[in-house]
Amino acid sequence: MVLSAADKNNVKAAFGKIGGQAEEYGAEALERMFCTYPQTKTYFPHFDLGKGSAQVKAHGKKVAAALVEAANHIDDIAGALSKLSDLHAQKLRVDPVNFKLLGQCFLVVVAARNPALLTPEMHASLDKFLCAVGTVLTAKYR
Amino acid sequence: MVHWSAEEKQLIASIWSKVNVEQCGAEALARLLIVYPWTQRFFDNFGNLSSPTAIIGNPKVRAHGKKVLTSFGEAIKNLDNLKGTYSKLSELHCEKLHVDPENFRLLGDILVIVLAAHFTKDFTPACQATWQKLVGLVAHALAHKYH
Repeated sequence: MVLSAADKNNVKAAFGKIGGQAEEYGAEALERMFCTYPQTKTYFPHFDLGKGSAQVKAHGKKVAAALVEAANHIDDIAGALSKLSDLHAQKLRVDPVNFKLLGQCFLVVVAARNPALLTPEMHASLDKFLCAVGTVLTAKYR
Repeated sequence: MVHWSAEEKQLIASIWSKVNVEQCGAEALARLLIVYPWTQRFFDNFGNLSSPTAIIGNPKVRAHGKKVLTSFGEAIKNLDNLKGTYSKLSELHCEKLHVDPENFRLLGDILVIVLAAHFTKDFTPACQATWQKLVGLVAHALAHKYH
């Protein structure tokens, strides 16, 4: 999966539009993921996963920051997320299938909060970008 | 045997009652062909699929999208018997159309995103959960007769 120049521009534009709300997008994506795919909660036994959880908000902020970082270094996502990649491989070991689930939920958040932003072309670019991020985060698993 | 809570049935019905099947179906299918271009392999006879604009404007895409989502409507009327409802269509997709069932899952995910864009904040997490469950079960029913 290769991000074209158009994809990269689309992704940068998207995160530009989302701006400071990225944290909320991240938190809502997690909330939707836990609700829609309850098996994902198994990675957070130590969290309060109730509505409005401060821990989920904080974690959403972290997730969003990583996506923003990847978008800002979109020519070298592997480099930008190298430490996170190590973390997921050595410590977190989240099964690769879950990145798709979070990706789906992130797209739903974008659709619900900013439908005009999610044109078909943008949808394609963001989907590719989220796949690329998931690939990087699981690249060192074995 | 699939179990649907009263709340789930309500979330499905309330969303579905406001869906423009023709528009929504066309949009979902167009996005499938745009976001996952390899899915175009099933539609060689659809004419111009050369760009997102061409795909969105393509009358065969619109017509087929409407057909697909209309069939979805049947599922919603028969939530307790999805496998039965889709039995013949499942055989058709396997034996005549040769469609990898993964494509049903892809279309289902796209449909959820299209609904989110239409209903925005009304497409709550609970709503999404219910609809992801539904599209997953429809995909499963469509794959059920594969051999």
